[in-house]
Amino acid sequence: MYLHTRHILAALVLSGILLTSCQPTKPSVKIGINAELTGEMPAVGASCKQAAELFTEQVNKAGGIAVGSEKLPILLSVVDNSCKADQSAAAAQRLISQDGVTVMVGPNASSCAIPAGEIAESLGCLMISPWSTNPKTTQDSQTGKPKKNAFRACFTDRFESPVLAAFATKNLHAKTAAVLYDVSSEAPTSQSALFKEAFEKAGGKVVSMETYSTGDRDFSAQLTKIRESSPDIIYLPAPYNDTPLIAAQARQLGIKAPFLGSDAWSSPDIIKLDAGKNLEGSYFCNHYSTEAATPKAKQFIADYTAKYGNAPDDVAALTYDAMALAANSIASAGKTDRAAVRDAMASTRTFDGVTGHFVYPEGAREPAKSAVIMQIKDGSFHWVSTVEP
Amino acid sequence: MKYLAQQAINALQLGSIYALIALGYSMVYGVLTMINFAHGDVFMLGSFFCLLLIAIVPVPFWLALIVVMGATAILGTLIERFAYRPLRNAPRVSAIITALGCGLVIQNTTLGISPYARPMPHLLDNVTYQFAGITVTTLQIIIIGVSVGLMMVLDFLIRKTSFGMAMRAVASDRATVSLLGVPANEIIAVTFAIGAALGGAAGLLYGMAYPVVSAAMGITVGWKAFVAAVIGGIGNMRGAVLGAFILGTVEVMTVAVLPSTYRDLISYSLLLLILVFKPHGLLGKPTIHKA
Amino acid sequence: MIGMTPWTKNRYLPPVLLVVGLIVTAILPSTGIVNDYLQFVIVSIAINAILCVSLNLVNGWMGEFSVGHAGFMALGAYASAILTVKLFPSAPAALIFPAAVLIGGTVAGLAGIPVGILSFKTRGDYLAIITLAFLMIVKSGLENIPYTGGPRGMLGIPHLTTVAWAYFWCVVAFWAIRNLVYSKYGRGIAAIREDEIAAEAMGVNTRAAKLVAFVTSSFFAGVAGALFAHQLQFINPSSFDILKSTEILVMVYLGGVASLGGSLLGAGVVTILTQCLQPLGTWRMVVLPALLVLLMLFRPAGIMGYRDWNWLKPRLSLKLRSKNEDKAERGKEIVS
Repeated sequence: MYLHTRHILAALVLSGILLTSCQPTKPSVKIGINAELTGEMPAVGASCKQAAELFTEQVNKAGGIAVGSEKLPILLSVVDNSCKADQSAAAAQRLISQDGVTVMVGPNASSCAIPAGEIAESLGCLMISPWSTNPKTTQDSQTGKPKKNAFRACFTDRFESPVLAAFATKNLHAKTAAVLYDVSSEAPTSQSALFKEAFEKAGGKVVSMETYSTGDRDFSAQLTKIRESSPDIIYLPAPYNDTPLIAAQARQLGIKAPFLGSDAWSSPDIIKLDAGKNLEGSYFCNHYSTEAATPKAKQFIADYTAKYGNAPDDVAALTYDAMALAANSIASAGKTDRAAVRDAMASTRTFDGVTGHFVYPEGAREPAKSAVIMQIKDGSFHWVSTVEP
Repeated sequence: MKYLAQQAINALQLGSIYALIALGYSMVYGVLTMINFAHGDVFMLGSFFCLLLIAIVPVPFWLALIVVMGATAILGTLIERFAYRPLRNAPRVSAIITALGCGLVIQNTTLGISPYARPMPHLLDNVTYQFAGITVTTLQIIIIGVSVGLMMVLDFLIRKTSFGMAMRAVASDRATVSLLGVPANEIIAVTFAIGAALGGAAGLLYGMAYPVVSAAMGITVGWKAFVAAVIGGIGNMRGAVLGAFILGTVEVMTVAVLPSTYRDLISYSLLLLILVFKPHGLLGKPTIHKA
Repeated sequence: MIGMTPWTKNRYLPPVLLVVGLIVTAILPSTGIVNDYLQFVIVSIAINAILCVSLNLVNGWMGEFSVGHAGFMALGAYASAILTVKLFPSAPAALIFPAAVLIGGTVAGLAGIPVGILSFKTRGDYLAIITLAFLMIVKSGLENIPYTGGPRGMLGIPHLTTVAWAYFWCVVAFWAIRNLVYSKYGRGIAAIREDEIAAEAMGVNTRAAKLVAFVTSSFFAGVAGALFAHQLQFINPSSFDILKSTEILVMVYLGGVASLGGSLLGAGVVTILTQCLQPLGTWRMVVLPALLVLLMLFRPAGIMGYRDWNWLKPRLSLKLRSKNEDKAERGKEIVS
């Protein structure tokens, strides 16, 4: 029989299927990581994956999670969602149905976390997002009530935006503000709307709300309009790779107002990418600070730095806490049954993590915890103040 | 008024970069009647080559420009030699799909090697000039100046040199021209090289203007420049430049007046409108295709 | 037995097998043999196959180069989602889903009319650009409509795409396009591909053929879009950009142009490889296009280009036989 190309392709495809359907047979607790390893924010996905792996290594070295009467090791399943909504949904499907995970940790970007939450909800699997601050992640889109299976390890924009607005009016004495945000992304849009609401409630006035789309490079048109409105500060809830670009163009146009950022700035890459030092002196809100660290956090920072060579950012710290929350829920449920683990998570009231003290009120999917205001100065992040809930 | 003038400068800058890339598309289409979909990624590699160069040995701007243009020219020639030349006599669609595939391979290989966005190092001291309320930076002046300069050199090359004449001859009838002793393959290879060099220069300038370089830049800017080339009449050099400046102006002015989500809508509607009334672009001439 | 054709040539076998397939896919989810993720992959293959065969109609059989397919898919997805999410959220699934898919297809099909009309005068690269412009206009337009969620998309679409429905629509698409391609219009479409001017000269109504091709192609793209929306439960305009169109193009040219089997093959191979090569991460998107480039260098028409399985081709010989031949055949039977 002549060897056609189609035979070769068929063989390739079959071997591919066979390879990927091989599953290890040791009993273990499967936890899935749905991370943004490629795409717009690979640094976020990398931090998430690294923190998860660190946690898994530490727990497995101690024997594993106590499930019922035996200790089972954690088996981590990492899938990339490329920071795209449909791939995030597909990744969630893969983790929950194919890999059979008990808990899914991630995604981090809100635009990815929301669709993944829908899938987790319909398939009945617990999802804990470490970093997604958008309220919609844990909300049912039809009824507005909290989803049964979606939780998070961080505060939401409803807490963060008023904190930033208060900082702007009280500490920076800003009376007018301009906002430049990505209208095609969920997180910046809701953060901007909430910031505007909070800023105006605090007595300020938003003089300019400009938008751009994901992937835009040229902001000169919008920044020129902002320049005309002469704001005291500019609120810029853009991710770490867009912010230096916007800041550079703003300074080039002669805008001198300081910038204010959301927790999307938190990756140290933002300083690396800011070659022109245009963000010097800007402030942003973060989930934790390496400077104002508790002893538990200091231990985590030391372990992470020892393993990976650089200090953990907030995504890493929150992922570590999310993994701990997942592990605790599994341990207190005593079995790997998804419904039981979910109920255990829902009945968690307090938790002490690397990023601080968590309090989950009854029926809430997000913890009440403190936020920190940071400043970019001399090429690194500096802690300015902590705001309690 | 000064607001419009400021936006005009922004439009000029954007248009210049689009023009350099659009020229590459037009040149290749002229000689081979093939849309080189890998060109956008050659543009992206221009920025990356610059990053690589500066990381090894910091050089001044002029030297970096020359080296990057040389490197992308070699890359363009290689792509032509190994991916397009074997398909010279295959159905045109196969060549286009190969181009698409090459572009994807280049883009994703770069993404695989460097998944993180990188900062573009400073090659120039950027001085901001303010007059009459408008700010102009040396960067903008250099970008517009270098682009216009390269375009003028290219125009001279095509219209006044014998090489340019050979190129135009190959563009009009490849088979006859080789019978007359013109080395068609070599001319095509050099055309690709020049087109790629321009794209590389555009990549360098773009990286300097928007100093965060990532592997995904090639698609958006590449397609926009392709649209610009088509608006002006693909295959026509002056049309490419005209189309690029028109597109740059439309984009900047749309965002100046409407929310930025309307930008693509207006740009592409304009394109459609122009194609409906002038199916071969503004300066293009209808060509008779044998299927 | 005398006069019985062998079972492989039995004309009732393909329809019977298809109906059996439908029953199998209908009961498959409840048997639990195939887990959710594999069902997801099978549905994805079906959706991609519909996209592939509909694009093949324009790109393969008609020889154009349309890159706007994702735009029609987007229209179908959004139209069907509006129906199930905004207008009739509490209607029973069995009624609303086929209606939604049909309406999605119709909306996309109607959108195919202007593109078809534009294709009367333009060919080749300029048509490619027109379809690109159309795609970007649809995507950009959807980003600016707050009713459908704007750039952030629409959430909460019910999960109505089952394996059975996906299979059903896939079969309908293949059957419809197969019938179109082997009909009078199909011959006209193929004639346009070979030489449009000669086709006109021979009396082919090229305008009608082009319109039929574009409308059918976009109708099924809309159907696929509706199925896609109800599988992922979430759509946003950036799912339907040039990259999606490129994916479909890759499937068409990998599997084979102008070939029904090729469309299925291309869709299957690309979908499965995309899932299986997940561990490679970004390098997966290097392997796939590299494969395509290699294939183009050695087999420019794709794996099954311009060829098809025999059982798909209509049995013309029956119609072309003369009455006398038939009598002679029957005479032979009685004698022996």
